[in-house]
Amino acid sequence: MSVLTENSSNSAKAPYQIKLEIFEGPLDLLLYLIKKEEIDIYDIPIAHITEEYLKYVQLMQELDIDFASEFLVMAATLIHIKSKMLLPVSTTELNELENVEDPRNELVNLLLEHKKFKSAAEMLWSRAEVEQGVFTRAPLESDKENPEVAATVFDLVAAFKSLLDKRKEQLQVEIANDKITLTQKINEIKNLFKTENKISVSKLFLKASSKAEMVIIFLAVLELTKESIIGLLQTETFGEIIAIKIHDTFTNKANN
Amino acid sequence: MTRSQIKPIIEALIFVADQPIQLKEICQAISEEEPQEIQEALLELVKDFNGRESGLEIREISGGWRISTRPFYHEHIRRYLKTKPSAKLSLASLETLAVIAYKQPITIPEILEIRGVSSSSAIKTLLERRLIVPKGRKDCVGRPIMYGTSKEFLIQFGLKDLSELPNIEDFEELLTN
Repeated sequence: MSVLTENSSNSAKAPYQIKLEIFEGPLDLLLYLIKKEEIDIYDIPIAHITEEYLKYVQLMQELDIDFASEFLVMAATLIHIKSKMLLPVSTTELNELENVEDPRNELVNLLLEHKKFKSAAEMLWSRAEVEQGVFTRAPLESDKENPEVAATVFDLVAAFKSLLDKRKEQLQVEIANDKITLTQKINEIKNLFKTENKISVSKLFLKASSKAEMVIIFLAVLELTKESIIGLLQTETFGEIIAIKIHDTFTNKANN
Repeated sequence: MTRSQIKPIIEALIFVADQPIQLKEICQAISEEEPQEIQEALLELVKDFNGRESGLEIREISGGWRISTRPFYHEHIRRYLKTKPSAKLSLASLETLAVIAYKQPITIPEILEIRGVSSSSAIKTLLERRLIVPKGRKDCVGRPIMYGTSKEFLIQFGLKDLSELPNIEDFEELLTN
Protein backbone atom coordinates (compact mmCIF):
# COMPACT_ATOMS: atom_id res chain seq x y z
CA MET A 1 0.00 0.00 0.00
CA SER A 2 1.13 3.57 -0.24
CA VAL A 3 0.89 6.51 2.11
CA LEU A 4 0.91 9.09 -0.55
CA THR A 5 0.75 9.94 -3.64
CA GLU A 6 0.55 11.00 -7.20
CA ASN A 7 -2.77 9.30 -7.62
CA SER A 8 -4.31 11.14 -4.67
CA SER A 9 -5.31 13.59 -7.38
CA ASN A 10 -8.14 11.30 -8.37
CA SER A 11 -9.64 11.22 -4.90
CA ALA A 12 -11.85 14.26 -5.15
CA LYS A 13 -12.41 14.67 -1.44
CA ALA A 14 -8.76 15.32 -0.66
CA PRO A 15 -8.37 19.09 -0.61
CA TYR A 16 -4.59 18.93 -0.61
CA GLN A 17 -1.94 16.52 -1.72
CA ILE A 18 0.30 14.66 0.66
CA LYS A 19 3.57 13.17 -0.39
CA LEU A 20 5.10 10.60 1.89
CA GLU A 21 7.29 7.61 1.35
CA ILE A 22 5.70 4.62 -0.32
CA PHE A 23 5.29 1.73 2.04
CA GLU A 24 4.56 -1.43 0.24
CA GLY A 25 3.82 -3.20 3.54
CA PRO A 26 4.62 -3.24 7.26
CA LEU A 27 8.13 -4.59 6.67
CA ASP A 28 8.82 -1.69 4.33
CA LEU A 29 7.61 0.78 6.91
CA LEU A 30 9.80 -0.81 9.59
CA LEU A 31 12.86 -0.72 7.35
CA TYR A 32 12.17 2.92 6.60
CA LEU A 33 11.93 3.74 10.32
CA ILE A 34 15.13 1.81 11.07
CA LYS A 35 16.95 3.78 8.40
CA LYS A 36 15.45 7.10 9.44
CA GLU A 37 16.28 6.62 13.11
CA GLU A 38 19.74 5.21 12.24
CA ILE A 39 19.08 2.07 14.20
CA ASP A 40 21.25 -1.05 14.18
CA ILE A 41 19.04 -3.72 12.66
CA TYR A 42 20.59 -6.38 14.93
CA ASP A 43 19.77 -4.42 18.09
CA ILE A 44 16.42 -2.76 17.60
CA PRO A 45 15.17 -0.65 20.54
CA ILE A 46 11.77 -2.27 20.37
CA ALA A 47 9.90 0.19 22.63
CA HIS A 48 11.07 3.14 20.56
CA ILE A 49 10.39 1.57 17.19
CA THR A 50 6.94 0.41 18.30
CA GLU A 51 6.09 3.94 19.29
CA GLU A 52 7.27 5.33 15.96
CA TYR A 53 5.46 2.61 14.06
CA LEU A 54 2.18 3.23 15.83
CA LYS A 55 2.51 6.94 15.08
CA TYR A 56 2.59 6.16 11.39
CA VAL A 57 -0.30 3.74 11.59
CA GLN A 58 -2.29 6.41 13.40
CA LEU A 59 -1.35 8.95 10.77
CA MET A 60 -2.60 6.62 8.07
CA GLN A 61 -5.89 6.27 9.86
CA GLU A 62 -6.23 10.02 10.30
CA LEU A 63 -5.52 10.56 6.65
CA ASP A 64 -8.29 8.09 6.00
CA ILE A 65 -6.03 5.91 3.94
CA ASP A 66 -7.48 2.56 3.24
CA PHE A 67 -4.62 0.56 4.64
CA ALA A 68 -4.04 -3.13 4.73
CA SER A 69 -4.74 -5.23 7.79
CA GLU A 70 -1.14 -6.44 7.63
CA PHE A 71 -0.10 -3.14 9.21
CA LEU A 72 -2.23 -3.90 12.25
CA VAL A 73 -0.90 -7.44 12.50
CA MET A 74 2.63 -6.05 12.60
CA ALA A 75 1.61 -3.51 15.28
CA ALA A 76 0.33 -6.40 17.39
CA THR A 77 3.54 -8.35 16.77
CA LEU A 78 5.67 -5.40 17.87
CA ILE A 79 3.68 -4.94 21.06
CA HIS A 80 3.92 -8.66 21.72
CA ILE A 81 7.72 -8.58 21.39
CA LYS A 82 7.88 -5.49 23.59
CA SER A 83 5.90 -7.17 26.37
CA LYS A 84 8.02 -10.31 26.08
CA MET A 85 11.17 -8.27 26.56
CA LEU A 86 9.74 -6.61 29.66
CA LEU A 87 9.10 -9.95 31.34
CA PRO A 88 11.93 -11.13 33.56
CA VAL A 89 13.66 -14.27 32.37
CA SER A 90 13.05 -17.10 34.79
CA THR A 91 16.04 -18.54 36.63
CA THR A 92 15.69 -21.95 35.06
CA GLU A 93 15.85 -20.33 31.66
CA LEU A 94 18.88 -18.31 32.77
CA ASN A 95 20.64 -21.54 33.64
CA GLU A 96 20.39 -22.65 30.07
CA LEU A 97 21.37 -19.27 28.74
CA GLU A 98 22.09 -20.39 25.24
CA ASN A 99 18.50 -21.53 24.92
CA VAL A 100 17.04 -18.13 25.73
CA GLU A 101 16.18 -16.66 22.39
CA ASP A 102 15.96 -12.97 21.84
CA PRO A 103 12.25 -12.32 21.12
CA ARG A 104 13.34 -9.94 18.37
CA ASN A 105 15.16 -12.59 16.36
CA GLU A 106 12.24 -13.69 14.26
CA LEU A 107 11.43 -10.13 13.27
CA VAL A 108 15.08 -9.34 12.46
CA ASN A 109 15.28 -12.40 10.22
CA LEU A 110 12.12 -11.34 8.42
CA LEU A 111 13.51 -7.84 7.91
CA LEU A 112 16.85 -9.12 6.62
CA GLU A 113 15.12 -11.53 4.22
CA HIS A 114 12.90 -8.73 2.99
CA LYS A 115 15.90 -6.44 2.49
CA LYS A 116 17.66 -9.14 0.52
CA PHE A 117 14.79 -9.41 -1.92
CA LYS A 118 14.59 -5.64 -2.19
CA SER A 119 18.22 -5.66 -3.40
CA ALA A 120 17.37 -8.52 -5.74
CA ALA A 121 14.52 -6.41 -7.16
CA GLU A 122 16.95 -3.54 -7.71
CA MET A 123 19.29 -5.92 -9.50
CA LEU A 124 16.43 -7.03 -11.76
CA TRP A 125 15.53 -3.41 -12.38
CA SER A 126 19.03 -2.56 -13.60
CA ARG A 127 19.20 -5.72 -15.71
CA ALA A 128 15.90 -4.81 -17.37
CA GLU A 129 17.24 -1.32 -17.99
CA VAL A 130 20.30 -2.68 -19.79
CA GLU A 131 18.15 -5.16 -21.73
CA GLN A 132 15.89 -2.34 -22.85
CA GLY A 133 18.88 -0.89 -24.62
CA VAL A 134 19.27 -4.09 -26.62
CA PHE A 135 17.44 -4.42 -29.89
CA THR A 136 16.94 -7.40 -32.15
CA ARG A 137 15.93 -7.21 -35.76
CA ALA A 138 12.38 -6.12 -36.50
CA PRO A 139 9.96 -9.01 -37.08
CA LEU A 140 9.88 -10.35 -40.60
CA GLU A 141 6.62 -10.61 -42.48
CA SER A 142 6.73 -14.39 -42.16
CA ASP A 143 6.95 -14.27 -38.36
CA LYS A 144 3.34 -13.21 -38.19
CA GLU A 145 2.09 -16.36 -39.82
CA ASN A 146 4.15 -18.35 -37.43
CA PRO A 147 1.92 -19.28 -34.49
CA GLU A 148 4.71 -19.37 -31.96
CA VAL A 149 2.73 -17.95 -29.08
CA ALA A 150 0.84 -20.82 -27.54
CA ALA A 151 -2.45 -19.86 -25.97
CA THR A 152 -2.69 -20.33 -22.21
CA VAL A 153 -5.66 -21.38 -20.12
CA PHE A 154 -6.02 -17.71 -19.17
CA ASP A 155 -6.50 -16.73 -22.81
CA LEU A 156 -9.02 -19.49 -23.17
CA VAL A 157 -10.98 -18.41 -20.10
CA ALA A 158 -10.90 -14.80 -21.28
CA ALA A 159 -12.14 -15.81 -24.72
CA PHE A 160 -14.86 -17.91 -23.15
CA LYS A 161 -15.96 -15.04 -20.94
CA SER A 162 -16.17 -12.58 -23.84
CA LEU A 163 -18.32 -15.08 -25.74
CA LEU A 164 -20.58 -15.58 -22.75
CA ASP A 165 -20.96 -11.81 -22.45
CA LYS A 166 -21.81 -11.57 -26.13
CA ARG A 167 -24.49 -14.19 -25.84
CA LYS A 168 -25.96 -13.00 -22.57
CA GLU A 169 -29.03 -11.41 -24.08
CA GLN A 170 -29.85 -14.30 -26.33
CA LEU A 171 -29.54 -16.70 -23.48
CA GLN A 172 -32.13 -15.10 -21.23
CA VAL A 173 -34.78 -17.63 -21.92
CA GLU A 174 -33.53 -21.03 -20.99
CA ILE A 175 -35.58 -23.99 -22.05
CA ALA A 176 -34.88 -27.32 -20.52
CA ASN A 177 -32.62 -28.66 -23.23
CA ASP A 178 -31.47 -32.09 -24.09
CA LYS A 179 -28.63 -33.09 -21.88
CA ILE A 180 -25.35 -33.23 -23.72
CA THR A 181 -22.61 -35.17 -22.06
CA LEU A 182 -18.96 -34.29 -22.08
CA THR A 183 -18.15 -37.54 -23.88
CA GLN A 184 -20.63 -36.74 -26.63
CA LYS A 185 -19.11 -33.32 -27.06
CA ILE A 186 -15.58 -34.66 -27.16
CA ASN A 187 -16.56 -37.15 -29.86
CA GLU A 188 -18.36 -34.42 -31.77
CA ILE A 189 -15.24 -32.25 -31.79
CA LYS A 190 -13.07 -35.24 -32.67
CA ASN A 191 -15.34 -35.89 -35.64
CA LEU A 192 -14.93 -32.31 -36.79
CA PHE A 193 -11.18 -32.83 -36.80
CA LYS A 194 -11.51 -35.84 -39.06
CA THR A 195 -12.05 -33.49 -41.94
CA GLU A 196 -10.41 -30.30 -40.67
CA ASN A 197 -6.89 -29.63 -39.52
CA LYS A 198 -7.60 -26.46 -37.66
CA ILE A 199 -10.76 -24.87 -36.30
CA SER A 200 -11.14 -21.52 -34.62
CA VAL A 201 -12.19 -22.11 -31.01
CA SER A 202 -14.82 -19.39 -31.15
CA LYS A 203 -16.44 -21.27 -34.03
CA LEU A 204 -16.91 -24.29 -31.78
CA PHE A 205 -18.87 -22.13 -29.38
CA LEU A 206 -21.10 -20.59 -32.03
CA LYS A 207 -23.20 -23.73 -32.31
CA ALA A 208 -24.02 -23.81 -28.63
CA SER A 209 -27.67 -23.31 -27.82
CA SER A 210 -27.30 -22.75 -24.08
CA LYS A 211 -24.87 -21.68 -21.49
CA ALA A 212 -24.67 -25.25 -20.23
CA GLU A 213 -23.63 -26.41 -23.66
CA MET A 214 -20.96 -23.74 -23.88
CA VAL A 215 -19.55 -24.92 -20.59
CA ILE A 216 -19.47 -28.49 -21.91
CA ILE A 217 -17.69 -27.33 -25.07
CA PHE A 218 -15.18 -25.43 -22.96
CA LEU A 219 -14.53 -28.52 -20.84
CA ALA A 220 -14.26 -30.67 -23.94
CA VAL A 221 -11.64 -28.33 -25.43
CA LEU A 222 -9.68 -28.42 -22.18
CA GLU A 223 -9.91 -32.20 -22.03
CA LEU A 224 -8.81 -32.67 -25.64
CA THR A 225 -5.91 -30.28 -25.06
CA LYS A 226 -4.90 -32.13 -21.93
CA GLU A 227 -4.92 -35.40 -23.80
CA SER A 228 -2.79 -33.73 -26.51
CA ILE A 229 -5.35 -34.65 -29.12
CA ILE A 230 -5.59 -31.04 -30.15
CA GLY A 231 -3.27 -28.09 -29.54
CA LEU A 232 -4.20 -24.49 -28.97
CA LEU A 233 -2.43 -21.71 -30.83
CA GLN A 234 -2.74 -17.98 -30.77
CA THR A 235 -0.94 -16.05 -33.47
CA GLU A 236 -0.98 -12.72 -31.66
CA THR A 237 -1.78 -11.40 -28.21
CA PHE A 238 -5.56 -11.24 -27.67
CA GLY A 239 -5.99 -12.75 -31.11
CA GLU A 240 -8.12 -15.60 -32.24
CA ILE A 241 -7.40 -18.94 -30.58
CA ILE A 242 -7.09 -21.80 -33.03
CA ALA A 243 -7.44 -25.47 -32.19
CA ILE A 244 -5.20 -27.63 -34.32
CA LYS A 245 -5.08 -31.34 -34.81
CA ILE A 246 -2.00 -33.04 -33.41
CA HIS A 247 -1.49 -35.76 -35.95
CA ASP A 248 0.03 -38.85 -34.42
CA THR A 249 -1.97 -38.97 -31.21
CA PHE A 250 -5.14 -37.91 -32.97
CA THR A 251 -5.34 -40.75 -35.38
CA ASN A 252 -4.69 -43.32 -32.66
CA LYS A 253 -7.33 -42.01 -30.33
CA ALA A 254 -9.92 -41.35 -32.96
CA ASN A 255 -9.80 -44.98 -34.00
CA ASN A 256 -10.55 -46.18 -30.50
CA MET B 1 31.40 -29.29 -45.28
CA THR B 2 34.32 -27.54 -43.74
CA ARG B 3 33.93 -25.54 -40.60
CA SER B 4 34.27 -22.26 -42.47
CA GLN B 5 31.34 -23.36 -44.63
CA ILE B 6 29.13 -24.27 -41.64
CA LYS B 7 29.70 -21.08 -39.69
CA PRO B 8 28.03 -18.68 -42.16
CA ILE B 9 24.99 -20.97 -42.33
CA ILE B 10 24.64 -20.87 -38.54
CA GLU B 11 25.04 -17.09 -38.60
CA ALA B 12 22.23 -16.79 -41.16
CA LEU B 13 19.99 -19.06 -39.07
CA ILE B 14 20.54 -17.04 -35.88
CA PHE B 15 19.75 -13.87 -37.79
CA VAL B 16 16.53 -15.17 -39.24
CA ALA B 17 15.11 -16.74 -36.06
CA ASP B 18 12.63 -14.46 -34.31
CA GLN B 19 13.22 -16.19 -30.97
CA PRO B 20 16.59 -17.23 -29.57
CA ILE B 21 17.44 -20.29 -31.69
CA GLN B 22 18.43 -23.49 -29.93
CA LEU B 23 21.38 -25.66 -30.88
CA LYS B 24 18.86 -28.46 -31.48
CA GLU B 25 17.06 -26.34 -34.08
CA ILE B 26 20.31 -25.42 -35.79
CA CYS B 27 21.22 -29.10 -35.98
CA GLN B 28 17.85 -29.91 -37.55
CA ALA B 29 18.40 -27.27 -40.21
CA ILE B 30 21.94 -28.51 -40.99
CA SER B 31 21.00 -32.17 -40.77
CA GLU B 32 23.83 -33.24 -43.08
CA GLU B 33 26.42 -32.45 -40.39
CA GLU B 34 27.16 -34.07 -37.02
CA PRO B 35 25.73 -32.18 -34.00
CA GLN B 36 29.15 -32.26 -32.36
CA GLU B 37 30.72 -30.49 -35.34
CA ILE B 38 27.88 -27.95 -35.45
CA GLN B 39 28.25 -27.14 -31.78
CA GLU B 40 31.97 -26.52 -32.20
CA ALA B 41 31.33 -24.37 -35.27
CA LEU B 42 28.70 -22.40 -33.34
CA LEU B 43 31.04 -21.64 -30.45
CA GLU B 44 33.76 -20.62 -32.88
CA LEU B 45 31.32 -18.40 -34.76
CA VAL B 46 30.25 -16.68 -31.52
CA LYS B 47 33.89 -16.08 -30.65
CA ASP B 48 34.69 -14.65 -34.11
CA PHE B 49 31.52 -12.60 -34.32
CA ASN B 50 31.85 -11.02 -30.89
CA GLY B 51 35.58 -10.59 -31.34
CA ARG B 52 34.99 -8.14 -34.17
CA GLU B 53 33.61 -5.64 -31.66
CA SER B 54 30.95 -4.50 -34.08
CA GLY B 55 27.59 -2.98 -33.16
CA LEU B 56 26.03 -6.42 -33.06
CA GLU B 57 26.66 -9.38 -30.83
CA ILE B 58 25.58 -13.00 -30.56
CA ARG B 59 24.39 -13.87 -27.07
CA GLU B 60 23.02 -16.94 -25.39
CA ILE B 61 19.57 -16.08 -24.02
CA SER B 62 16.95 -18.39 -22.55
CA GLY B 63 18.63 -21.53 -23.85
CA GLY B 64 19.08 -20.23 -27.39
CA TRP B 65 21.26 -17.91 -29.46
CA ARG B 66 20.32 -14.44 -30.61
CA ILE B 67 21.83 -11.60 -32.61
CA SER B 68 21.18 -8.22 -31.05
CA THR B 69 22.71 -4.78 -30.83
CA ARG B 70 25.21 -4.14 -28.09
CA PRO B 71 23.65 -2.35 -25.10
CA PHE B 72 26.42 0.25 -25.40
CA TYR B 73 24.84 1.77 -28.53
CA HIS B 74 21.33 2.17 -27.13
CA GLU B 75 21.38 5.97 -27.12
CA HIS B 76 21.95 6.31 -30.83
CA ILE B 77 19.44 3.62 -31.63
CA ARG B 78 16.82 5.28 -29.45
CA ARG B 79 17.50 8.63 -31.06
CA TYR B 80 16.81 7.02 -34.42
CA LEU B 81 13.77 5.02 -33.27
CA LYS B 82 12.52 7.98 -31.21
CA THR B 83 11.72 5.74 -28.24
CA LYS B 84 12.33 6.24 -24.56
CA PRO B 85 13.20 3.61 -22.01
CA SER B 86 10.04 2.80 -20.13
CA ALA B 87 9.62 1.65 -16.55
CA LYS B 88 7.84 -1.56 -17.29
CA LEU B 89 7.05 -2.91 -13.84
CA SER B 90 6.17 -1.29 -10.54
CA LEU B 91 8.47 -1.75 -7.58
CA ALA B 92 5.92 -4.04 -5.93
CA SER B 93 5.79 -6.25 -9.03
CA LEU B 94 9.57 -6.34 -9.30
CA GLU B 95 9.95 -7.33 -5.67
CA THR B 96 7.38 -10.07 -6.09
CA LEU B 97 9.17 -11.21 -9.24
CA ALA B 98 12.48 -11.30 -7.35
CA VAL B 99 10.95 -13.48 -4.64
CA ILE B 100 9.48 -15.84 -7.25
CA ALA B 101 12.71 -15.97 -9.28
CA TYR B 102 14.78 -17.01 -6.27
CA LYS B 103 12.28 -19.18 -4.41
CA GLN B 104 10.49 -20.94 -7.24
CA PRO B 105 8.34 -22.91 -7.28
CA ILE B 106 6.54 -20.87 -4.66
CA THR B 107 2.90 -20.41 -3.59
CA ILE B 108 1.09 -17.14 -2.88
CA PRO B 109 0.99 -17.69 0.92
CA GLU B 110 4.75 -18.26 0.89
CA ILE B 111 5.28 -15.02 -1.01
CA LEU B 112 3.11 -13.23 1.54
CA GLU B 113 5.32 -14.56 4.30
CA ILE B 114 8.47 -13.11 2.76
CA ARG B 115 7.05 -9.81 1.58
CA GLY B 116 4.81 -9.24 4.60
CA VAL B 117 2.09 -8.03 2.29
CA SER B 118 -0.47 -9.64 0.06
CA SER B 119 0.88 -9.64 -3.51
CA SER B 120 -2.11 -10.77 -5.55
CA SER B 121 -2.27 -7.74 -7.85
CA ALA B 122 1.46 -7.95 -8.53
CA ILE B 123 1.05 -11.64 -9.34
CA LYS B 124 -1.79 -10.83 -11.71
CA THR B 125 0.40 -8.29 -13.53
CA LEU B 126 3.29 -10.77 -13.76
CA LEU B 127 0.97 -13.46 -15.13
CA GLU B 128 -0.45 -11.07 -17.72
CA ARG B 129 3.07 -10.13 -18.83
CA ARG B 130 3.86 -13.84 -19.01
CA LEU B 131 6.91 -13.33 -16.80
CA ILE B 132 5.69 -16.05 -14.45
CA VAL B 133 3.74 -19.24 -15.09
CA PRO B 134 1.91 -21.72 -12.86
CA LYS B 135 4.14 -24.69 -12.06
CA GLY B 136 1.69 -27.22 -10.68
CA ARG B 137 0.21 -27.45 -7.21
CA LYS B 138 1.87 -27.88 -3.87
CA ASP B 139 1.15 -31.10 -2.06
CA CYS B 140 -0.25 -29.57 1.13
CA VAL B 141 -3.58 -28.45 2.58
CA GLY B 142 -5.59 -26.55 -0.03
CA ARG B 143 -3.21 -27.61 -2.83
CA PRO B 144 -2.22 -24.00 -3.65
CA ILE B 145 -0.80 -23.18 -7.11
CA MET B 146 2.97 -22.82 -7.30
CA TYR B 147 4.52 -20.20 -9.55
CA GLY B 148 7.86 -19.97 -11.33
CA THR B 149 9.50 -17.74 -13.91
CA SER B 150 8.93 -18.22 -17.66
CA LYS B 151 11.09 -18.19 -20.78
CA GLU B 152 9.90 -14.65 -21.37
CA PHE B 153 11.45 -13.72 -18.01
CA LEU B 154 14.86 -14.95 -19.18
CA ILE B 155 14.53 -13.01 -22.43
CA GLN B 156 13.42 -9.75 -20.84
CA PHE B 157 16.15 -9.82 -18.23
CA GLY B 158 18.82 -11.08 -20.63
CA LEU B 159 19.57 -14.35 -18.86
CA LYS B 160 21.01 -17.51 -20.32
CA ASP B 161 19.26 -19.57 -17.66
CA LEU B 162 18.29 -19.23 -14.00
CA SER B 163 21.77 -20.14 -12.80
CA GLU B 164 22.93 -16.82 -14.25
CA LEU B 165 21.04 -14.90 -11.57
CA PRO B 166 23.45 -13.53 -8.96
CA ASN B 167 23.53 -15.63 -5.82
CA ILE B 168 20.96 -14.35 -3.30
CA GLU B 169 23.41 -14.95 -0.44
CA ASP B 170 25.71 -12.35 -2.01
CA PHE B 171 23.04 -9.79 -1.31
CA GLU B 172 23.17 -10.84 2.30
CA GLU B 173 26.92 -10.28 2.44
CA LEU B 174 26.37 -6.90 0.87
CA LEU B 175 23.97 -6.10 3.68
CA THR B 176 26.14 -7.25 6.55
CA ASN B 177 29.27 -5.47 5.31
